[in-house]
Amino acid sequence: MISLSQVTKRYPGGHEALRGVSLTVETGEMAFITGHSGAGKSTLLKIMAAIERPTSGSVIVNGQNVGAMRARAVPFLRRKFGLIFQDQKLLFDRTAFDNVMLPLAVIGFDRREAARRVRAALDKVGLLAREKANPVTLSGGEQQRLAIARAVVHRPAILVADEPTGNLDAAHSAEIGELFRSFNQVGVTVVIATHDEAFAARLKPRLIALSGGRIA
Amino acid sequence: MKAWFWHHLDAAATTIARLARTPVATLLNLGVIGVALALPVGLYVALDNLRGLARTLASDPQLSVFLALDAGRSEVEKTRARLKQHPGVREARFVPRDQALKELKASTGLGDVADSLPQNPLPDAFVVLPRDRAPEVMEKLRDELAAWPGVTHVQLDTAWARRLEAGLKLARLAVGLLATLFAFALVAVTFNTIRLQILTRREEIEVSKLIGATDPFIRRPFLYFGALQGLAGGIAAWLIIWIGVQLLNGALVELAQLYDTRFELRHLSLEDSLSLLAFSAGLGWFGSWLSVSRHLAQIEPR
Repeated sequence: MISLSQVTKRYPGGHEALRGVSLTVETGEMAFITGHSGAGKSTLLKIMAAIERPTSGSVIVNGQNVGAMRARAVPFLRRKFGLIFQDQKLLFDRTAFDNVMLPLAVIGFDRREAARRVRAALDKVGLLAREKANPVTLSGGEQQRLAIARAVVHRPAILVADEPTGNLDAAHSAEIGELFRSFNQVGVTVVIATHDEAFAARLKPRLIALSGGRIA
Repeated sequence: MKAWFWHHLDAAATTIARLARTPVATLLNLGVIGVALALPVGLYVALDNLRGLARTLASDPQLSVFLALDAGRSEVEKTRARLKQHPGVREARFVPRDQALKELKASTGLGDVADSLPQNPLPDAFVVLPRDRAPEVMEKLRDELAAWPGVTHVQLDTAWARRLEAGLKLARLAVGLLATLFAFALVAVTFNTIRLQILTRREEIEVSKLIGATDPFIRRPFLYFGALQGLAGGIAAWLIIWIGVQLLNGALVELAQLYDTRFELRHLSLEDSLSLLAFSAGLGWFGSWLSVSRHLAQIEPR
């Protein structure tokens, strides 16, 4: 599903976030990328999701070479992903419902079907009762679950999460972990970057350890 | 197809909602655009009315066709027949030389001078009213008639009509220049409004890009906004002009009554009104397109 070969990412200024990383994540796999902060986890995820381009090396997602992709084709690649960020990137000028609606609006989904799917996604993360709430009024755990609902509402093939439990206590982390496991069980490829070892250990996924931009 | 239609309807609806959410800013923007458009359009209306007025005031311009001094009866009749058949001539009145002399004596007070002349110095003449009063047409008619046999001279007074025409031409050019300047102002206002909007909606744009929104999708609501704002500004300009003409007409009725005439300013024609609206909407669209193209590329998710 995702295949990186000899990927190097050098930022302007000379900092090398990734150095010759090669790895393959199979379809339906659940993989955790671990490592200290600054190890290159976030960069690796961004390169997988075509948010950043590698300086050298090749990235192949679903048979498409991301590095050689035209800018106009990138949005369509991104729709294969469900992205979850540490800072959630929720929009506070609209309701929880409308936040989750956004990916479907982007695709141009039929309205009624879209509303049905949004409610299904909110139900899955246990926020159906809060659909009219502004995300500001939600707790940290609820916000993270809302972000997950937004990431899965368009049924992506790949779920990519960057520190999804960053600010959560153990109980909430476990909850989030169960959610990811359930998506993985229905065939979604899941890639999660985390430095939360307890979180990683509980799900018993494949572990990819990064250190100093290399696979350790 | 249906989804596409819904999406566009959605974009238009959210745009209107967004305009309504900041009523003061919206009204101020519309006011600026309205006034900016109303100035050249108002001048255009004034010019249009002036031209209409000039047409009615230009009381029947005439051509005087003078025959040779020794022209006989048959030549007069021949010329009369030709004039009658000419498609460009509305009316031709014959003025015999004796009558012309009498009129001269009566009207100018040169009676004594005329009496002292040994013979009548005036030729037979026709006063011709042309069908078309455009200066170019009349000049052509003059040249044509002057070449006829038996005709020595054709007098046409188009100088004032020419002057008026030239003046109006100059005024039209001024309107054109002014319109160009204010069109630029409209584009600039829209450009800036959209720039501010893009800045305040930066997060939304970033998130949309992250979840796979194409550039046209992101651009669309801004383009709608620009076009709608331009259209509303055009409507504001139209209202300003309409109210202005209405007010002036009220005052003009009194003035015209004092002069014992009827005179009324004309409003913008339907055609011109529609052009104004299409033009302002188009300019708004263009301004926002420039702005979005310029600023959207700067927002790349990191």
